[in-house]
Amino acid sequence: MTPRRLLFLLPILLFAGLAAYFLLRLGENRDPSEIPSALIDQPAPAFALPGMTEADAGLSNADLARAGTEGKVTIVNFFASWCLPCRAEHPLLTQLAAHPKVALYGILYKDEPAAAAVWLKGLGNPYGAIGVDAKGRTGIDFGISGVPETFIIDRAGHIRLRQWGPLDQPTIDRKIMPLLDELTR
Amino acid sequence: MKRPLQMKRRFLSLAFLAALLSAVSALAFAVEPNEMLSDPGLEARARVISRDIRCLVCQNQSIDDSQAELAHDLRVLIRERLLAGDSDQQVRDYLVARYGDFVLLAPPLKPKTYLLWFGPAAIFLVALILIALYFRRRRQDAAPAPLNAEEAARLETLLAEDDDTTAPRREGPR
Repeated sequence: MTPRRLLFLLPILLFAGLAAYFLLRLGENRDPSEIPSALIDQPAPAFALPGMTEADAGLSNADLARAGTEGKVTIVNFFASWCLPCRAEHPLLTQLAAHPKVALYGILYKDEPAAAAVWLKGLGNPYGAIGVDAKGRTGIDFGISGVPETFIIDRAGHIRLRQWGPLDQPTIDRKIMPLLDELTR
Repeated sequence: MKRPLQMKRRFLSLAFLAALLSAVSALAFAVEPNEMLSDPGLEARARVISRDIRCLVCQNQSIDDSQAELAHDLRVLIRERLLAGDSDQQVRDYLVARYGDFVLLAPPLKPKTYLLWFGPAAIFLVALILIALYFRRRRQDAAPAPLNAEEAARLETLLAEDDDTTAPRREGPR
């Protein structure tokens, strides 16, 4: 057959190419409702949140900066006691907080400090400090769409990773630990 | 006077219609009265902006339609920004800075989205050109090719023979 006569194969090939592309994308096992964060490589938003009690100093950018000067990478975790996936990821956060070069901070998202205190008493409190985001405004500044969400912030105060939804062991092994190694090198 | 059964049926269908209408109107007005601004001009601007902002929780709804708590927070935020004197575009930029372009229901026109905006039109144009070429070629194929010298000569002789047959026959039996 002449090359021109083979032209009829072109649409079939195009279709096969598209189908293969869609199949690959389906196989990636990614959640389509997860939206890439607009804040990657941006400085962490400015915030100053009160603590869970009067005596508690709360959490602000100053804490992130201090951790940075101490050579630590900051992990900021949005959580709430009413959030079931937060309970699921809690042991993994505790595990991450034990990392010598990590400062783990919590932001209590739209929750009663009293309820959160009970919750943390039961599960243990892995957070170096906790800020209370009662109105969810700091959550909006971080671009979260719900809890839990977790941000990894480098020593210079830039957001390097956003975990949408609860942490799990594969995510920690494949994404978080390599990033921590890179950032604390 | 109508029969009772018919009246009952009519009543039922009316009740159904009323229920349907109230359900539809509940969907259309997610904006709660206590969110609204007293300034009708600002409130109208807030409504227009929030109709184009995607709810990040129920992703194919605008925050104007959505009853998710985050949508409520964003509606309140938009109104606060407007009260603080932001322009409509500044309010949108504020949200895009936090949530990315995805927060806009209409994707913005920029080099990254050219394929999205112009792709279908480009494919349509290419298809039109291909179809036009196809029909032009077919018309050319249908027209007879000009004769070459040999064919022309053969045609001449055939035509000449033809002329002979019109002449009265002079020989041979019938």
